[in-house]
Amino acid sequence: MKAGKCSAKYWVSSVGILEVALDKNMKILVVDDFSTMRRILKNLLRDLGFSNVEEADDGTTALPMLKTGKFQFLITDWNMPGMSGFDLLKAVRADNALKNLPVLMVTAEAKRDQIVAAAQAGVNGYVVKPFTAAVLKEKIEKIFERIDA
Amino acid sequence: MSNNEIARYGDADTEADLDNFEEQLRQQTEHLMSKVQAGDFAEALKLVSELNETRDRGLYREVGRLTRSLHEALVNFHIDAGNNPRQQAELSQISDASDRLAYVVNLTSNAANRTMDLVEASMPIAADLKTEAHELRNEWHKLGRRQLTPEEFRQLYKRMDRFLNDLTQKSDQVHDNLSEILLAQGYQDLTGQLIQKVTTLVREVEENLVRLVKMAGRVDQITGIQHDIVFPKVDVGQGEGPQLQKDERPDVVSSQDDVDDLLSSLGF
Repeated sequence: MKAGKCSAKYWVSSVGILEVALDKNMKILVVDDFSTMRRILKNLLRDLGFSNVEEADDGTTALPMLKTGKFQFLITDWNMPGMSGFDLLKAVRADNALKNLPVLMVTAEAKRDQIVAAAQAGVNGYVVKPFTAAVLKEKIEKIFERIDA
Repeated sequence: MSNNEIARYGDADTEADLDNFEEQLRQQTEHLMSKVQAGDFAEALKLVSELNETRDRGLYREVGRLTRSLHEALVNFHIDAGNNPRQQAELSQISDASDRLAYVVNLTSNAANRTMDLVEASMPIAADLKTEAHELRNEWHKLGRRQLTPEEFRQLYKRMDRFLNDLTQKSDQVHDNLSEILLAQGYQDLTGQLIQKVTTLVREVEENLVRLVKMAGRVDQITGIQHDIVFPKVDVGQGEGPQLQKDERPDVVSSQDDVDDLLSSLGF
């Protein structure tokens, strides 16, 4: 499967609501410099049915992993030593093979300028910490809804 | 007398010295003007060199004060300027503060991991119990509708017995895990105390630094030095970590709803 393509299917459920079926086998890369946050995200993702998750502790380690082409979804923090999540996002968008990879930012950075900059750099979703499992789920679903629409 | 009081007296002294210095400067300049206008250049040049002397005296006095303040500030920072570098590190409260903060990171990280270990251990137990309870309920309903053969009923009886045993054991285990999670929160007490100590030190250091900057400002005033202070441009790409007092800052969003509103205003 090509990165960022066809990770969700729609069907009309019994109550007539358009629902989105996410590909639970898609490979996800979680990038955060704190191992506890990576662990929390992995646990939440597992609860949502995604168990194919790998980790990296900053952009510098994440980028070569992404370049292998194995990942269909990137969740990254912003503020990290080495390469920040924002720079990682820009590097992903600048790479022909990765430019369509869906990226969700999960970060404590809450300045309007930063959110606007992330949107302009091509982020697909933005979650501010501290966040809830429901918000994470909603944003992931929204990203794949939009991509497949 | 506390350090603050000493500093305040010192401030009053310098204020007076500075006024004195400016008054002298004014008088000597007037004198100089009148000599120049009268065409008495020999006397005027003598006055110029006197002016220089006044300036130098003021300058030496302020530099002396600055040096003394610097020394006091260093003493207040509890940095011992001994020759042994290891001893220096041990005696510095700043490095002690760094150690404390590193310890806080350690404690919080351990507590978070311990809590997650226990949660990860408890979740499958809850999931197993739920699955088994669900299946047993289906069987139980069949029994109620008299749809079970005598053999199936015997199986259900044994299965129910095993489940009740399991339930006792596993709920005990979940209870133990929850109690341990509770205990793991004890880090808050320790980290709170450690951080309060560091906060006090940071406040002291800041007060001393502000005092030094004020002193240095007076030296600048006497020497007529002007600094072109260029504030570094903030790069939006560089994260700055969690923002504080979000409710009071218009440039910071205060909730996920704000983020969503902002993004939808950008066409997301």
